[in-house]
Amino acid sequence: MSKVTFTIDGLQIEADAGMTVLEAALANGIYIPNLCNHPDLEPAGLCRVCVVKQDDWKIVISCKLPVKEGMVISTEDPEVQQIRKSNVELLIANHPMTCLTCAADSECELQKVGQFVGVTQESLNRYRRDIRTTPKDTSNPFFIIDHAKCIMCGICVRTCDELQNINAIDYAKRGVQSLISTLGNKPIAESRCESCGECVVRCPVGALTMKNTLKPMREVQSICSYCGVGCGIYLGVRGNSVVSVRGDKDNPVNKGSLCVKGRFGYKFINHPERLTTPLIKKNGELEEATWDEALDLIADKFASSKKEKFAALASARITNEDNYLIQKFTRAVMGTNSIDHCARL
Amino acid sequence: MNFADIQQQARQEWDALQHGEWPVVAIGTATCGRSAGALAVVKAFEKELAEKDVKASVVEVGCIGPCYAEPLVNITKPGKATVAYKNVTAQMVSEIVDSYLQGDDPLPQYTLGTFGDGKIKGIPRILDTPSFKPQERRVFRNCGVIDPTNINHYIANEGYLGLSKALQMTQQEVVEEMKKSGLRGRGGGGFPAGRKWEAGLNAKSDQKYVVCNADEGDPGAFMDRAVIEGDPHSVLEGMIIAGYTIGADTGYIYVRAEYPLAIRRLERAIKQAHEKGFLGKNILGTDFCFDIKIFPGAGAFVCGESTALTLSIEGKRGMPRVAPRPRTTEKGLHDKPTLLNNVKTFSSAPMIITRGAEWFASIGTEKSTGTAIFALTGKVNNCGLIEVPMGITLREIIYDIGGGIADGGKFKAVQTGGPSGGCLPESLLDTPIDYDSLGAAGSIMGSGGMVVMDESTCMVDVARYFLDFTEIESCGQCVPCRLGTKQLLDILKDICAGKGKKQDIDLMIELSHSIHGGSVCGLGQTAANPVLTTIRYFRDEFEAHINDKRCPAKVCKSLISFRILEDKCKGCTLCAKSCPVSAISGEKKQVHVIDQRLCVQCGVCMEKCPKKFSAVECVSPKIPVKEPMEVVA
Repeated sequence: MSKVTFTIDGLQIEADAGMTVLEAALANGIYIPNLCNHPDLEPAGLCRVCVVKQDDWKIVISCKLPVKEGMVISTEDPEVQQIRKSNVELLIANHPMTCLTCAADSECELQKVGQFVGVTQESLNRYRRDIRTTPKDTSNPFFIIDHAKCIMCGICVRTCDELQNINAIDYAKRGVQSLISTLGNKPIAESRCESCGECVVRCPVGALTMKNTLKPMREVQSICSYCGVGCGIYLGVRGNSVVSVRGDKDNPVNKGSLCVKGRFGYKFINHPERLTTPLIKKNGELEEATWDEALDLIADKFASSKKEKFAALASARITNEDNYLIQKFTRAVMGTNSIDHCARL
Repeated sequence: MNFADIQQQARQEWDALQHGEWPVVAIGTATCGRSAGALAVVKAFEKELAEKDVKASVVEVGCIGPCYAEPLVNITKPGKATVAYKNVTAQMVSEIVDSYLQGDDPLPQYTLGTFGDGKIKGIPRILDTPSFKPQERRVFRNCGVIDPTNINHYIANEGYLGLSKALQMTQQEVVEEMKKSGLRGRGGGGFPAGRKWEAGLNAKSDQKYVVCNADEGDPGAFMDRAVIEGDPHSVLEGMIIAGYTIGADTGYIYVRAEYPLAIRRLERAIKQAHEKGFLGKNILGTDFCFDIKIFPGAGAFVCGESTALTLSIEGKRGMPRVAPRPRTTEKGLHDKPTLLNNVKTFSSAPMIITRGAEWFASIGTEKSTGTAIFALTGKVNNCGLIEVPMGITLREIIYDIGGGIADGGKFKAVQTGGPSGGCLPESLLDTPIDYDSLGAAGSIMGSGGMVVMDESTCMVDVARYFLDFTEIESCGQCVPCRLGTKQLLDILKDICAGKGKKQDIDLMIELSHSIHGGSVCGLGQTAANPVLTTIRYFRDEFEAHINDKRCPAKVCKSLISFRILEDKCKGCTLCAKSCPVSAISGEKKQVHVIDQRLCVQCGVCMEKCPKKFSAVECVSPKIPVKEPMEVVA
């Protein structure tokens, strides 16, 4: 890929052609404050916080500005500073000051940007404060939508559109009344939302937060057990309990994405009714057994049930390789073609 | 049929009407005329003429311009000048028919003036009056003259001549002519139309579009509606020429659904243009094919922005695309090259081709050629749509065409360019009207709204009014526009309510610059203009509101009180009887008193107090409310 050289605040930067100025800056360890940008998504250019001055005259947003050989970018121009400070102050003036009890506290991009541009109590006091009073949408079993905290960055909308192709949410209404809404402004649980939670993990503030999760004390890398895709996950553990799941960004299979089951369906792990040992039916009653006992029993039964007495039903919850082995075993070892798969039913 | 035959047939029909034996009664029945009662006038004429067996042709025409004189009726008797009757009512019709159509008395007291050759005793020639003399009707050339539902009327008045000429030129030649004319986009932005057409021509694509922006959203602006209702074919012809020039085969007219008459006129005009071979396949025998579709907008102000408009046609939410982005001429409707112009821009194109670029550029200024159209309104004597050469001064418009300030008031400010424009003071009245001069003064040409304000207008209240509009109409996608306009509005509301803070003016200036520099589209970038210009030119009023809790114009209810002057009150009881909250007490023939605790500052007492007494006075700051005296037991 061809390289482009340009300057940010007097610093020479090398970037791949096709990158945006914001991407190039961040890749070179230069922080340009931004809110509505997300590396997984197309830039939207709505928060207007990443403004920079190009070639000493043009105010432009860096998240949509392609790098160009020899361009001169200033991030600390007084006009630039004023615009982004006003934008951040406007957002905070319309944002609840409940940081201490907010699930996004310390991970909140608005906090980070606010501190960067130097929002102070004195400067905020000049503004008329107004917090949206739209009630929270708690209809979804896994997450809460708090419109009062929403900064309308649209990351959730673009996630649902670009990454998930569900389009359960979009902008509705106009002006200060505008909000992220489902079709007909119905509760999210009645929409076509599939509860994957991809928007929740990308929300830069506390507008989308998970229900009933605790911050883990440690994390364990694992593979999701729900289906054959084999998504990489990190199980968040507290004591001996799983309290959260997050996608593994470095896993080549899912690159951090998860579905509703993988992300939210972990409660079975610590469920009291979960089977933890094999059960063998003796005299009509299921009794706990060791794995050796169970496997011996299966081997005995298989050995006496070859050919037409045997049929196998494979599962979508295991990998392709495992499914291949089952059909090979059924045909080669058990001597029958009676093999089927749950995904065909 | 070739064009010469079409033209001849049309001319015959037009001449038969204009120079026939019968008088012509032309009644302005555009939406503006209709709301003033023009349809009843049409009915009255038809009935009177039938009953009295008077031979005359009644023709419904478009908007003639002077709104203050609606409904307007133009009567032309064979061989005589046209007499324009103003404020015609159904009752007046019988009198006019008796006196002028049957007799020879034109009833000068009912007239506005005369048009055309010849003089009629007792009636001034309209074009000699100060109100019309500076005007130059070019875009409005056919409005109020022809029957907009009759394509032959249009053809007989140079209609589709531009198209037939353009089809014999190369595409590049048309572009050159447009560029030479100096025509700038009439939607308000003022981008050179020729350059836009050239970009449309040079864009490489298998599919291109022409889009006409008729989503006229500024409150008080209705010139696009007047053009479409009064001369729809001029817009179609301009679009067809544009389609030929850039190589497009489809055109869209994005027109507000709130303009039902304009939509009906366009539908009919498109059908007629098809019948005559100006639209459809192989237009006028050439290889060029073009069709026009109407797309009614759903009423969002922001959809007047070009990229929001094209998204809206695609069925998506009308939100402006975020820059840096390709120009609409490269990637517009359905991501194809799209030439998007305003109604008046398209309507100007046929004239430029027919009469030449030099003719078009012969009036106006060097950088803003041709005419500008304004909806002149507010505290002037003559409200209405005016078309003037660019370069005319605000003073000429207000004092000559507008006839000065209404009710003998004193001029205070003029607001140009709709809700995103600016308020200019007396000292700038000699500013010439063109894109650049208005911009330098802090205002914009915009869609052509022009509101004149007198001393009774509070400038803080005016800024609040316009921000109220932009705050609601912001699409909401970008932070500075969505929250910035709301913050400005909240501050202005506070100042009007007497809750302004010392640092508010500085904060508003700071925010206004950030909204201007940081917003996605033109709506946000210009939204703060009313605030910045009112602060720039009327800062003392803001300071009076904030520091002295005083509204100099005595408009802001929270800062005014009404009181009854003891030496003038005669105790007629009219004020007490009309007070809606029973705040006024007093015996007959005794001095009355307003209880300030109950008064809601509606001002009815002041209205009702007979002029000869003028005993009610409005004061600001507010009279302090006295607490009721404690009764000592």
